[in-house]
Amino acid sequence: MHGNPLVGSRIRERRQDLGLKQVDLARSVDISASYLNLIEHNRRRIGGKLLLELARSLGVDPAQLIHGAELALADALREAARGAELDKAELDRLDQLVRRFPGWARLIATQAQKLSALERTVDGLSHRLTHDPFLAETLHTVLSTVTAIRSTSSILSQTPDIDAAWRRRFHANLYEDSTRLADTSQALVSYFDRLSQEETRFSSPQDSVEDAFAAARFDPRILEKDDSVETMLQALKLDDPAARSLAERWVRRFSLDARLLPTQRLMTAIEEHEGDPDRILAVLGCDADLLLRRLAFVGRDRAGRPMGLFIADGSGAMVFRKPIDGFAAPRFGAGCPLWPLFQALGRVGQPIRQVLEMPGGRAFEARSVAKSAPTAGFSGTVVIEAAMLVAEVEAPAGVPVGTACRICPRSGCVARREIALVGQGF
Amino acid sequence: MGKRVLLIEDEPNIMEAIRFILQREGWSVTTHADGATALAAVAREAPDLIVLDVMLPNRSGFDILKDLRAAAPTRDLPVLMLTAKGQEKDRRLAERYGVSRFMTKPFSNQAILNTVHDLVRP
Repeated sequence: MHGNPLVGSRIRERRQDLGLKQVDLARSVDISASYLNLIEHNRRRIGGKLLLELARSLGVDPAQLIHGAELALADALREAARGAELDKAELDRLDQLVRRFPGWARLIATQAQKLSALERTVDGLSHRLTHDPFLAETLHTVLSTVTAIRSTSSILSQTPDIDAAWRRRFHANLYEDSTRLADTSQALVSYFDRLSQEETRFSSPQDSVEDAFAAARFDPRILEKDDSVETMLQALKLDDPAARSLAERWVRRFSLDARLLPTQRLMTAIEEHEGDPDRILAVLGCDADLLLRRLAFVGRDRAGRPMGLFIADGSGAMVFRKPIDGFAAPRFGAGCPLWPLFQALGRVGQPIRQVLEMPGGRAFEARSVAKSAPTAGFSGTVVIEAAMLVAEVEAPAGVPVGTACRICPRSGCVARREIALVGQGF
Repeated sequence: MGKRVLLIEDEPNIMEAIRFILQREGWSVTTHADGATALAAVAREAPDLIVLDVMLPNRSGFDILKDLRAAAPTRDLPVLMLTAKGQEKDRRLAERYGVSRFMTKPFSNQAILNTVHDLVRP
């Protein structure tokens, strides 16, 4: 049973928003209208199967009924307040703002996210114009070619007595340079076209790929087919070449995973072992990191919700994120250093399982493992990568973690690397 | 025989055009296209003036200029530097290394002739 006293109120609010009668909603989940009335007035606790069925009938995530949308909005506002030099009294009233003026709060959060994305775009463009090797090389070619054309044409027009052999030679040079200039100009136009598309999309190729994976809702069996790469890339609908190229890399990787651990075999194991990754790993005997990646696309948690997947490289940078409700990785900056994902990087090959408790009280079971991949035999460079699978669980307590230090309200955290907006210090 | 100019430039068509206009003005022009062996070419040709591009294969014009100024025989040799990078920091770097003149592409034939004449009379 879920103890949150406002679950019933949220059910009533959602039902009324949808224009549903109490009796109709009650009938759809096979309970009496009077019992639903008690639930809606928070006089009966609700959980388990009935909560899931009500959420399905109301078309919402069960977590939204349990926790409301306020927590996520409060986190977004804390992020928005970063650098705004608000005093503590103002920040302490953040929850009031969310409760009393949810529309204004959403507007502030949305505008702050857009502003942040714009700042990132400006930074990216500025950096690109200064350091982009393609742009530097292409502009150099344009200037050199224009110089050659100017000098050559000037000689031809101002030297009437020029020797015939020289004239032929300079004509050939002019033709060669004008062709080169046309090709380079075309390349520059394509480059700026691409740049302007990126400018209006406000996201990095990694963001686009992750958003596309989230939106595609594909059948995991596609990954096992011979034409999986083409089919998946079509389903992801990515126009930007950089995002498409990054997506292709991941699709190839996930397709290889699917061939190593086919969906049907994994689904049978999930069914036989009640979705318990530890038991499935023991029975299948495959690599732990492979199982984590496959479960993220094939498996569900005990309440039937999708699971999250986070992949970090040896530097701790998150290279792939499949977030779930209540457990997101920050788009900008690093995540919580207490996540097993980062601890696994220091214990290569050793699986870690932990129950994590997010600041709002929701608990998540996280499994992580890091693996080193020799890229060039025994003497070559070794690349380390960690994967973490996350699923929401009903658990009394877990390791207290957060999303990222700057919006984490936990005081006295040993791993804190920067002062939180809502805290007093380290 | 006119005075000798060594043209160090890797763009063949620019090299050809500059060589043509200088030769018509009475200069004896030799050309070289590689940065790594440019100093050997300078020692071999003993020119009265060097026209030096900044972006050369294997070694930059800045490095070549620095070495020229460090060696006694070429310390005062007139060097006209050509670049497609008109950035102020490149100009300052060239001046710090002791360039005689600095011109950015695209330049006119007349401008290059005037500059060369200012540096050395043929």
